[in-house]
Parts: sequence; C-alpha cells; structure tokens
Amino acid sequence: MSTVQADVASGGSDQLKKWMRSTGKKVFDFCAGLLILGVLWWLGVWFITLDPTAPFFFDQFGPGAALLEGLPKLWAYGTLQESISASGARLGMGLLLSIAVGVPIGIMVGLSRLTAETTHVPFQLMRMTSPLSWEPIAVIALATWNQAVVFLIFIGAVWPIIFATAAGVAKIDPSWRKVARNLGANPWQMLTSVIWPAIAYDVMTGLRLAVGIAWIVVIPAEFFGTSSGIGYTLQNARENLFYDELMAMIVIIGCVGYVMDAVLVRLQKRASWVRED
Amino acid sequence: MPVRGVDIKIKGLTHKYTPKSPLTFEEVNLEAKPGEALAIIGRSGCGKSTLLHIMAGLLPSTGGKVHLGDTEVRAPSPRWVMMFQAPHLFPWMEVTQNVGVGLRFAGWPKKKIDERVDEALRLVELEKFADHNVQDLSGGQQQRVALARSLVMEPEILMLDEPFSALDAFTRASLQHDVRAIAKRIGINLILVTHDIDEAVIMADRALIMAGSPGKFMDELEIDLPDPRNREDPEVQKMRARLMTAFHDATSSARGQRPAVGDEKDAGTVQQRGSEASAAVAG
Ligand SMILES: Nc1ncnc2c1ncn2[C@@H]1O[C@H](COP(=O)(O)OP(=O)(O)O)[C@@H](O)[C@H]1O
Ligand SMILES: [Mg+2]
Repeated sequence: MSTVQADVASGGSDQLKKWMRSTGKKVFDFCAGLLILGVLWWLGVWFITLDPTAPFFFDQFGPGAALLEGLPKLWAYGTLQESISASGARLGMGLLLSIAVGVPIGIMVGLSRLTAETTHVPFQLMRMTSPLSWEPIAVIALATWNQAVVFLIFIGAVWPIIFATAAGVAKIDPSWRKVARNLGANPWQMLTSVIWPAIAYDVMTGLRLAVGIAWIVVIPAEFFGTSSGIGYTLQNARENLFYDELMAMIVIIGCVGYVMDAVLVRLQKRASWVRED
Repeated sequence: MPVRGVDIKIKGLTHKYTPKSPLTFEEVNLEAKPGEALAIIGRSGCGKSTLLHIMAGLLPSTGGKVHLGDTEVRAPSPRWVMMFQAPHLFPWMEVTQNVGVGLRFAGWPKKKIDERVDEALRLVELEKFADHNVQDLSGGQQQRVALARSLVMEPEILMLDEPFSALDAFTRASLQHDVRAIAKRIGINLILVTHDIDEAVIMADRALIMAGSPGKFMDELEIDLPDPRNREDPEVQKMRARLMTAFHDATSSARGQRPAVGDEKDAGTVQQRGSEASAAVAG
C-alpha cells in the first residue's frame, strides 16, 4: 500500500519536474532567439554607421532608438493603438469575408468532382496573381479606400481557405455521411454535425495561411489613399524622417503577426479530434 | 414477449450499379415475420451488402419493392437502422454523444436523450465508458457503442452488415449472443448479412443462402434451436453441418448455372474474411 502511494507521489513530482523543465526550456529558447535577433539588428546598424559618409540619422534605425524612443512616442501619441485597431478592423473584415465566401465554396469543391474539375484552373490562376495587383481596379470599382483594402485582403486570403476546406471535405470518411443519413440526419444536420466538425481542423489550417497572407497584404495596401492603419503610419514616419518610429512599427508588425499565429495554433489544436498518441 | 418488429416483404427486387454494369442480383423475393431474426449468407461479392443497403433505403433499387411493415422503403428512416462492419463512430464526440446523435437529429429534448442513452449504454454494458472519447475504446467496445447508437432509435428492424467480422473471436462470440438476446427481448427483427455460417447458426431463426451472379436466394433453412445457443452444443453443431451442406449444394448448383473461374479453391469454406470488399457499397 505505502509503496504504491509513494510511487504515485513520486510520479506526481516527476511530472511537475518534467513540466518545469520543458517550460523552462521554452522560455529560454524564446528569450535566446529574441536576443540573437536583437544583437544582429544592433550589429547591422552599427556596421553601417561605421562608414563616415553615412548620414547622421542612421543610428535611429538601431534597436535602442526604436524600442526606447520610437515605441514610447508612438504609444504616447496613441498612434500605435489607432494604427493597430484600424489595420486590425480591415484585416478582420477581409478575413470574415474570406471565410464566408471560402468555406462554402470549399465545401462545394470538396463534395462535387465536377465543381473541383471546372474550378481548378481558374482558381489556380487567380491564386497566383498578387493581391496588390488588384489595387488599381479595387480603387476604381469600390467607393472607399477602406473597402479597397478589405477587398485586397479578401482576394489574397480566400484561396488558402477554399483549398484547405476542399481538401478537408474530400477526405471525410464517406461512412460518416452514410451513418448520419441512416440515423435520419437532414442536410443541415449533416453539415453542422458531420461535415463541419470533420473539416474544422483543415479550415483552421487554411485560416492560418490566410492570416499570414492578409497580414502581408494589409500593410502595403494601406500605403496609398488611407489615412489610418499600420501601413499609413509607416509611410508617414518615412516621409517625416521619424526613423525610430518606422523601426518600432516594423517590430510591432512582427509582434502582432506572431501573436495572431500563436492564437490560431491554439484554436487549431482545439478543433482537432485526431489523437496525437 | 413484446413484438416491435414488423412484416418484411420484398418483391422482385433487381439491382444494377450502373446501366452498363451486370445485374448485382435479380428477382429477389423475401418474407419475414415480425420479430424474426434472419441471416443472409453468401460469398463475398454476391450482393448481400447491396441488398441490405437497398432495404435500409441507403441505395435505390433498379426494380422491385421493399415493404417494411406498412411502409414502402424509399429513403433511410430511424425505424430501420443499419450497423456496418466498422463502427464508424464520430471521433469528435464522446460515447454518449455518439449514442444520442440519432435522437438529436430527430429533435428530441436533451433530457430525454440522456435518459435513453443511459438505458442503451446499460444494455450494451458500457455505462462506465459514457464520458470517454470513442477513440479510447477497443474495437469491440466501439462496435458496442455503434450497437447502442442503433438501439436508442428503438428501431423495428436492426440490419447488420457483417458487423463483427473485424473483431477478435471472443468479442465476436459475446456480441453475437448479446445482439440476439437484446433483439429477442425487445422483439425487433434482425436482418444479418454474413459470410460466417457459425454466426448465422448462433444468431438467426432462419438462414437464406444467396449465391450466383447475379445473386439469388438458392435455399433456406429454419434454425429452430433453443436459446442461449452454444457453439459446443451437439444440436448447434448438427445445425451448422446442415447449413454447410445446404450452402455447398446451393453454391455448386449456382456454379452449374454459370461457371465462375477461380471458385474451386475455396470450396471448403465460405469464410474469406481477408478478401471482403466491405467498402464496395460505400456512399
Ligand atoms: N459502388 C459500387 N459500384 C459498382 N459495383 C459495386 C459497387 N459496390 C459493389 N459492387 C459490386 O457489386 C457486387 C456485390 O457487391 P456487395 O453487395 O458488396 O457484395 P457482398 O456484400 O455480398 O460481398 C460485387 O460484384 C461488387 O464488385
Ligand atoms: Mg458486403
């Protein structure tokens, strides 16, 4: 009896140790990686400023100026918060639109061989056109610059969602649908109880790719026309020679992207029903 | 004994997968009494699964009619449910959700679903596993969940398409007993499709022998044995021998009609588990 209890107790503390070790390692990796990046950045700027003919303001590109001067300034003016929320709103709209259009199309492509075959070439063609090449057309066709940016995000982000959804649907076990039909599922129930849970993970995979594309597209899309958003702030900083702010914005773009992807990885894990072991 | 089962009448049933493919079976006729347990035995590929799918309304026939009770089968219905060779549970649901899914489709309130599900899980002796994810269960337990999922619908007819052939011998034997016992207790019809003569003898009141290409019912045998049926019982053994003989007579006369190349090699047995093409009628 007592040996069993002792075993359980030591098993528990072993697990705790293991957890602490793995978490400690993760934190270390995270910090070490960032530190290396920071040092490389600093070295790069330092190397450029060695050249005596380099303009005096080049030291503003360094991590010290960006993080200790640019970032606090952006925060204090509220520029940072405004830009993130403006770009975030466009990103959200564009992604929502991509999901609303991409998932149903993906389901149709996955379910119907005919749809898959007829849409393959046009979809691949469209996918390979740079979203930004649509800008002139979007600006002419849509009423506001805001709408144009949302459209550019949509036209870049919808493809991975369509393709991932279709791939997910195509690999649904046909027996699941047969069983559901056998138990009296109507088409709506088939969609919500069988097809959706079966493909949720794949849709999330597509969404992750879509967010990556959307985040890359939104910033250059905001360079022209708009008067808010991260792209606008970046452009503004360049024109006004606020190089510390410019570099701070670049850091922010990376951080926001990183956080969004991390959140999506979490959501993706939750949508997965496949046993990992 | 309660009888929830119904009269089963099949008249002149004919089937082809495509206009160009050969007849799967032709002019199949069948009648069964309420509560009767019927086994359809035959070699792989003779059209047993196709017949069962048509009876369940999962596949349209090419000609002929299926009447279950006073209803002509045109579509699937929770009144007659089918169990397949694999459990095909939904891996994103727990055991209880899988069992209750048919009632949820039917729009039952959650409380009533829970009651019925508990009852069904007791029937298949899985109450302890109610909260487990189905992926954590063994093959036999999963097939029990599939059985419970069918039984909660309180069907009139339970159709079984080689439901235990993927399980180990012990699990198979216990499920064969249990399914027959449950079906008899609640008085439903069983229609069992199998290529296992033992299974037919243990589970059915009557065995129909299907053979030939296109498939036909060649012969039938009453299996009037008392319950519970035990494999070692001499009466059961005798019945098994009779069914085996009937099966061989039927298949050789079917072969006489239309010689099939490569049939001789398995003249000693109808059990060709490995070669079964169960996915053939998927969809
Ligand atoms: N989806 C399908 N399309 C075309 N032919 C099929 C299909 N499913 C089965 N078949 C053919 O129909 C015949 C009967 O198959 P099946 O009903 O599965 O037989 P059994 O269940 O007796 O093994 C076989 O010759 C098989 O090849
Ligand atoms: Mg079969």
